[in-house]
Amino acid sequence: MKYFRNLIISIILVLATLFLANKYLDSYLVMILSNIGIFIILAVSYNLINGVTGQFSLEPNGFVAIGAYVTALLLLSNDEKTMQFMLSDPSPLILWMHSSFIPALLISGIVASLIALTLAFPVFRVRGDYLAIVTLGFGFIIRIFAINQDSYTNGSMGLSNIPNEANLISIGVFALISVIVVLNIVYSKYGRAMKAIRDDEDATNAMGINTFKIKTIAFMTSAFFEGIGGGLMASLLTTISPEQFSFMLTFQLLIIIVLGGLGSTTGAIIATFLVLGGMEALRFLDEPNFFTNTAHPGLRMVVFSLLLILIMIFARKGLFGDREIWDKKWFNFKM
Amino acid sequence: MIQQILNALSLGSMYALIAIGYTMVYGVLRLINFAHGDIMMVGAFLAFTTYSVTSSFSLAVLVAIIGASITGMLTYKIAYKPLLDKNAPKISLLITAIGVSFFLENLFNMLYGGVPQAFNYPSIFDKEIHILGAVTNFASIFIAIFTIIVLISVLIFLNKTKYGKAIKAIAFDFYTVKLMGINVDFLILLVFLIGSALASLGGIFYAISYPSIDPLMGVLVGLKAFAAAVLGGIGSVAGAAIGGFILGFSEIFIVAYFPEFAGYKDAIAFFFLIFILLFKPTGIMGIDFERSRF
Amino acid sequence: MVQFQNVTKKFGGVIAIKDVNLHLNLGDTFGLIGPNGAGKTTIFNIITGNYKPTSGKVYFKHEDITDYKPNKIVELGIARTFQNIRLFSSMSVIENVMIGFHNHINYSFFEAIFRLPRFFRDERNFFNEAREILAILGLSEFESYKATSLSYGNQRKVEIARALATSPEVLLLDEPAAGMNPAESDELANILEKIKKEFDLTILLIEHDMKFVQKVCNKVLVLDYGKTIFEGSPSNMLKDENVIKAYLGDFI
Repeated sequence: MKYFRNLIISIILVLATLFLANKYLDSYLVMILSNIGIFIILAVSYNLINGVTGQFSLEPNGFVAIGAYVTALLLLSNDEKTMQFMLSDPSPLILWMHSSFIPALLISGIVASLIALTLAFPVFRVRGDYLAIVTLGFGFIIRIFAINQDSYTNGSMGLSNIPNEANLISIGVFALISVIVVLNIVYSKYGRAMKAIRDDEDATNAMGINTFKIKTIAFMTSAFFEGIGGGLMASLLTTISPEQFSFMLTFQLLIIIVLGGLGSTTGAIIATFLVLGGMEALRFLDEPNFFTNTAHPGLRMVVFSLLLILIMIFARKGLFGDREIWDKKWFNFKM
Repeated sequence: MIQQILNALSLGSMYALIAIGYTMVYGVLRLINFAHGDIMMVGAFLAFTTYSVTSSFSLAVLVAIIGASITGMLTYKIAYKPLLDKNAPKISLLITAIGVSFFLENLFNMLYGGVPQAFNYPSIFDKEIHILGAVTNFASIFIAIFTIIVLISVLIFLNKTKYGKAIKAIAFDFYTVKLMGINVDFLILLVFLIGSALASLGGIFYAISYPSIDPLMGVLVGLKAFAAAVLGGIGSVAGAAIGGFILGFSEIFIVAYFPEFAGYKDAIAFFFLIFILLFKPTGIMGIDFERSRF
Repeated sequence: MVQFQNVTKKFGGVIAIKDVNLHLNLGDTFGLIGPNGAGKTTIFNIITGNYKPTSGKVYFKHEDITDYKPNKIVELGIARTFQNIRLFSSMSVIENVMIGFHNHINYSFFEAIFRLPRFFRDERNFFNEAREILAILGLSEFESYKATSLSYGNQRKVEIARALATSPEVLLLDEPAAGMNPAESDELANILEKIKKEFDLTILLIEHDMKFVQKVCNKVLVLDYGKTIFEGSPSNMLKDENVIKAYLGDFI
């Protein structure tokens, strides 16, 4: 039927583009596109809990870190581990864990979503906006854990020589999968329930829906793909360390989904290109430039944070609001 | 042991001062003001610069308090109030708060060159004091006593004065207070003023105790102060103080008696938060603002 | 069907309702009447599980539902509408109705992700059922409209449609005729009769519009300051001394 037809066509187009890009574009561009690909996975899944379900969360940097470390530790050989772990010897669990690329990613996703489940319990059971604070703290805790548990993570030295199995094609495929999965969720009873919770949680409960369950499903799904994104990041960059997974990562994703429109998956994809491209393009702000004669490192981020504030005050619906690029306008807004 | 107690009182004071701002803003606006922790940083930096320039610490403190209060009030006026007036969904407010927080951090990062600064203060604070067989410095005593005086003042203000009682009323029923012709906007500004002033004091005290300041110093401390506020009962000023001291004591004593966990001391606040959400979400002082939602 | 046994509800020092007894029998169209603030919506909220009574018990078909959570009570078969219309603003009329079907739609999360046949089957079937409900309420043409863009009266009907989708045995309507002109409230009265028959419903409604109450209710309970001041038939209610005093004051 129509759904499958459109699906196959889109998949073929995307795969074809990926193959051609990988073959013919120069490696710098391929690297940028790979990065964008990972961020697309992160953005569309972050959008699920924040935009579609309306639960303000700051979780990505934590789950991305988890995914990155799990994948790295699964991919590194024992020789590598023994060589790299300087601060203390690798623990037996670390030496035992090993798998190939795809299973490593899936395991990363599953571990992340299970941790999300344990966070969901204290947070979603209670009224109030504690998700943001708890996830913010969670990101910190993960970093503290990564820095302190040398026998598991090699502390602040991080891990390197991670097998580079991620390339534009594999990243692109995962990006495609994550977009399809998220859209399939949104266009189902689960997506409707999530949007209902966003619109009016009490009324949603009054319709018999177990809002705790739905919020937890959304949160776990976001965590799953963020874990996979982290694993891809580890394999793409081949080195990881605790400092890479700071709040800055979450902030970038936040700007992306706000710009694209909270709740819009296509908006998130387009905004990923815009924001990552913009961050590169505006690098000049940190150097002496047209506007100022001296270097002001940090000006770029000042501009971006101002941008977020301005978008929220004046254009909080972002580019697409909560709709997709193909949604027809509602028939007749006014009556 | 006495040493630890005094250290804990000192640390707890700082958390308490900052936690009060979180709890008061949450009480009147139901908003977690993410930028609040950064106000503490603003206070510390303003004091730092003023003291470097004028060598008058009292002036430095004054400038810090005024500057931080203005920053806090501006945050409300420019970033939050427009959204509140538009009846924007809560999530927009929270995102904006994060934006302001990030903006302040990056602004000060840019202004001060991205490296931590050494915070100078009058040497009187380092003066050794002998109490009950323990050695501590004047700073710890001063901080603890000053904070308790401030706390009592705030509680008196909230419970005995006209403005304070009105602020408490807003926390319970925003719209009715508005309908009664009371200038709610003014009161909310007052809340931001008090909260920011206290946070800047907390920042100065923190800088005296740990004399290296950097633009991100407010983030972790702010997070912990918020956890303390929830622990004590979000919306309750006394609760914020109680939570702050409990957290201060916990951090000092756990590290003192379990040094192997020293690296995890920052996680203690997080575990308190999870614990209280699991077992008594309304916190120790337990105020449940059951606003009529139906 | 639904029974209140000596239910009292206090909010801090304020007594919202005191010692209220209510018997809603199968097939009733029961009216809850009273001046504003008399405690009618409180009674609703206690039945639906949003509030817990300070004392007393609530039964549904002899089951003690006093402590049940709201979504469990809906599963048991009690659905409600809201006084101030709470439709889902980001969704269309038919999507709002589909929310009501949520618990009845069978496919699992994974069947939705992988688009297995049961997903398509359930979506198609329930969308059609939603269309049927909309047709009964005369809302078919608005199916794809943004729910909150409809007229007030039609939004009320959408809320009823959404509640019907949960397959309730008891329907609680909070001021369904509010804001309607006589023609619209007549139409609503007819619709209520229709859905009562079609869906085998027992209805409990809060209302101020006395003509409407006379038309549709077979029993009423009048509250004043949280206490029951009359119980019986609508025609007798209008003649009752206490009721008249409550509404018009004590100048007779």
